[in-house]
Amino acid sequence: MSSAATADASHGAGHAPAAEYTVTGVPAYKLAMWTFLGSDCFFFGSLIGTYMSSRGKSLNGPYPLDVFAPAVTSCSTFDLLLSSLFMVLAVHYAKIGDIRKFTLWTLATMAGGLIFLGFQAYEFTSFVEEGLTLKSNLFGCTFFVLTGFHGAHVALGVFLLGSLLWAVRTGKLADNGITTEVIGLYWHFVDIVWILIFTLVYLLEFTS
Amino acid sequence: MATPAHAEPADHPAESSAAYGEMSFGKWILSWIMTSDHKRIGILYGLSALCFFVMGGIEALIIRTQLAQPGQHIVDAATYNALFTMHGTTMIFLGVMPFSAAFFNYMVPLQIGARDVIFPRLNAFSYWLFLCGGIVLNLPFLITPFVDMRVIPDGGWFGYATLTEKAYTPGASIDFWICGLQILGIASMAAGFNFIVTIFNLRAPGMTMLRMPVFTWMTLVVQFLVVLAFPCITIALVLLLFDRLFGTHFYMPEGGGDPLLWQHLFWLFGHPEVYILILPAMGIVSEVLPTFSRKPLFGAPFVIFSGITIGLLGFGVWSHHMFTTGLGAAADASFSVSTMLIAIPTGVKIFNWLATIWGGQLRLTTAMLFSLGFVCMFTMGGLSGIMHASPPVDLQQQDSYFVVAHFHYVLFGGAVFGLLSGIYYWFPKMSGKFLSESWGRWIFGVLFVGFNTTFFPMHIVGAAGMPRRIYTYDAGLGWEIPNMIETVGAFIIAFGVLLFIIDLVRSIRRKELVASANPWDASSLEWLCDSPPKVHNFDITPMVYSERPVWDKNHGPGPGYSLPDSHEHIHIPPPSIWPLLLALSVAWFLASWLMAGQWFEFGVCSAITAAICGFTSCFRWFLEPGH
Repeated sequence: MSSAATADASHGAGHAPAAEYTVTGVPAYKLAMWTFLGSDCFFFGSLIGTYMSSRGKSLNGPYPLDVFAPAVTSCSTFDLLLSSLFMVLAVHYAKIGDIRKFTLWTLATMAGGLIFLGFQAYEFTSFVEEGLTLKSNLFGCTFFVLTGFHGAHVALGVFLLGSLLWAVRTGKLADNGITTEVIGLYWHFVDIVWILIFTLVYLLEFTS
Repeated sequence: MATPAHAEPADHPAESSAAYGEMSFGKWILSWIMTSDHKRIGILYGLSALCFFVMGGIEALIIRTQLAQPGQHIVDAATYNALFTMHGTTMIFLGVMPFSAAFFNYMVPLQIGARDVIFPRLNAFSYWLFLCGGIVLNLPFLITPFVDMRVIPDGGWFGYATLTEKAYTPGASIDFWICGLQILGIASMAAGFNFIVTIFNLRAPGMTMLRMPVFTWMTLVVQFLVVLAFPCITIALVLLLFDRLFGTHFYMPEGGGDPLLWQHLFWLFGHPEVYILILPAMGIVSEVLPTFSRKPLFGAPFVIFSGITIGLLGFGVWSHHMFTTGLGAAADASFSVSTMLIAIPTGVKIFNWLATIWGGQLRLTTAMLFSLGFVCMFTMGGLSGIMHASPPVDLQQQDSYFVVAHFHYVLFGGAVFGLLSGIYYWFPKMSGKFLSESWGRWIFGVLFVGFNTTFFPMHIVGAAGMPRRIYTYDAGLGWEIPNMIETVGAFIIAFGVLLFIIDLVRSIRRKELVASANPWDASSLEWLCDSPPKVHNFDITPMVYSERPVWDKNHGPGPGYSLPDSHEHIHIPPPSIWPLLLALSVAWFLASWLMAGQWFEFGVCSAITAAICGFTSCFRWFLEPGH
C-alpha cells in the first residue's frame, strides 16, 4: 500500500485525467462518455418508446392538446439550444486556456440549463393545475416520467458544469480542455434528446 | 512465483498468506476492502459469485425435493414461488454474471498487456455495488420471520406485470426485487464502460484488435450488450416502481396501460442478457480448446465476427419470448426468422471449435474436459432452442419443462461448464497452484452425469405437458418417474459441486507455489506474467507481433512478442476507500425508495441523506491524490 503511495507522490499534485498513452488516441474519459451516451440512447429510447406506444391511449382527459402551450415550450427549447452554443464557446476557451472567458461561457451554459429547468417547473405546475398529474391518466404518467428524466439529466449537467468550474477555479483540475469537452458531449446529447422529445411529444400533437 | 522486487507483498493477492505474518489481520482485511487491483477485485467477484451460486443451488435442491414425488407439500405454494424466483435471479445476476466478471477482471488486463483496467477505482465501485445488490436481493430471507408480509421476491425472475403490480403482489417482495436489480444494473453498466474503454485504449503496443485473444473479444461484445441492454430493464423497473409506489398505470389495463409493454422492455433486455451469460463462456472455450489441442483456433476471425453477429442479432429477437401473447403473424414470422438466423453464427462457432480439435494433439485435462462438455451440451441446448424459434412449436412448449430443459442445457451445460473450464485453466495463473487433476476428472464426470440426469428428463416431461412453476402435481400423469430421476440428478450435481469446493479449498490452502508462468504451454499474454502475477503484472510492457505472442515466442514462427529495453514509470494507484463508500451510498439511495413504499416520508429523508453522502464520496474520490 504505502510503496505505491510514496512511489507516486510526484503524481499526487494536480489531477491529469488518464493522460497516459492510449491505443486509439481518444482520451479515456472521452471514450467512456461516448460509451455512456450510447447507453443513454437506449435509456431514452425505452422512455420515448414507452411514450409513443402509449400515445393516444388515455382513457380520460386532460389530453395533450388541453394542456400544451406551444409558445412557452418553444421558448424553453430555444433556450436549451442556445445553451449548447454557449457550451461550444466554453469548450473552445477551455482548450485555448482562456480561463476568464471559459468561466463566463460555462456560467452562461449553466444559466441556460437552469432557465430551462425553470420553464419545466412552470410547465409542470400549470399542467397539474389543469388536472394532469402522474396518476390522472396514461398521458400524465408517460409525459411526466419522460420529461422528468430529461429534466434530471439537465440538472445533472448543471451540477457537472458547476463542479467543473469549481475545480478549475480552485486549481484542482489541471487539464480542463478534455474534461470540459467531455461534459460538453453530455450537454449536447441531452439537448439532442430534448429536440426528439419536443418533436415527438409536443409538435406531433399539432400536425393533424 | 518470485516475490516482486519493488512492490510490497501486502498488495499482492496470492501472497496474502505469506504476508499474513507481517501485517495484522485488520490491516489485511482493510487492504482487500480498499483495493483497486483488478486481480484482487477479480478474486472477490469469484468468491462472492461462488457463495451466491451455492445459495441458488440450495434453492434448486429444495425445488427438486419438493417435486420428487407427486402431491408433496414440503414447501407451500407461496414459498415455492419465492424459491424459483430467487433461484433464477440468483443464478443469472449473482452467479453466472459475476463469475464471468471475475475472469473479465483478472484476465482481460493481462491478456491485453495492461497493468490494470483504465479506471481501477470504478472497477472496485462496480464490485462493491454488485455485492450490495446481492445482499439487498437476499436480505428478505433474513427479515421474513420478523415481518407480517411477503418480502422474498416471488414474481419470477422475469417479473411479469401485471402480476408484479401492487394489486396482485402486495407486500414488499417485488420492491426488494426491483431495488436489487437496479443496484446490480448500475454495477454492471459501470463495469461495462470501464472494460470497453480498457480494451480499446489500454492494449499493449502492436496488439491490434484482431490480435486480441478471443476471450477479450467476447468480453468486449458482452460489455457492449451490458451497457446497451441494461438501460431497458432500468426503465422497465422504474415504470414498475412508479406503478407500485405512485399509482401510475404504465402496465395496468384499468388505466389504459399495457402489460405487454413490460414484456417488450424486459425481453429487450432479457434476450441480450442470454448472450451476456453465454458469450464469456464461449470466449473461455475458445482459449482452452486451442491450448489443449496444441493448434491455433480454427478461423479465429470467424469466431470473433460470429460473436459480434450474435451480439447484434441478440437485440432483434426479443419477441420470440412473446409468441404466445398474440403479436400477429407478421411479428411472429419476422422474430422467428431473426431467431433462426442466430443459429448461423452460433453454428459457425461450434464448427470452428470442432475443427480446432480435429487433428490436434489433445491433452484431456479437466479444463479441456469441461470445454468439450460445453461444446456438446451447448449444442444440445442450441438445438432445442431452434425448436422454440418456430412459433407453432413454441406455442406447445411455452411454459413447459421443455423450456426449462432448454435453458439449463444452455446455461448450465453451456455457461457454467465454460466457467468451470476457465477456473481449471486459469487457477494456476491466479494462485500459482493447481487444482487436482485426478479430482477434477471425477468432478467433471459427476457433474456431467448429474447434469444430464437432472435436465434430460425435463425434455420428456415437458413434451408430456408438465408446466413450469407448479409447486406440486397429481399422480397418474406419467410424470412421476422422470421427476424422481431429475431429483436424484440434482443431488448428484450437488455432490459434484461439493467435491469441487473441497478441492478448491484444499488447493488454495497449499503453501508452495508450483505453477510455472506458462504451465499449459498456452499462447496469450497472461501466460507471460508470473503465476500469480506481480502487482503491476508486467515488468516491461511487451511489444506484440502476432495473435499468439507467447506461443510464437516459444515455438515460432516469428518473434511473437518482444520486451523493449525501456525504463517506463510503473504507476500503481494507492488503495482507496471511496469506491466502497460511494457504492454504499448508491445502494442506500436506491434502498430508500424501497422504504418509501412503506413509510414515504422516512424514505425520502433517507434518500436525501444518501444522496449527500454519495456526492461527498464523489468529490473525495475526485480529489484523492495519486490516481
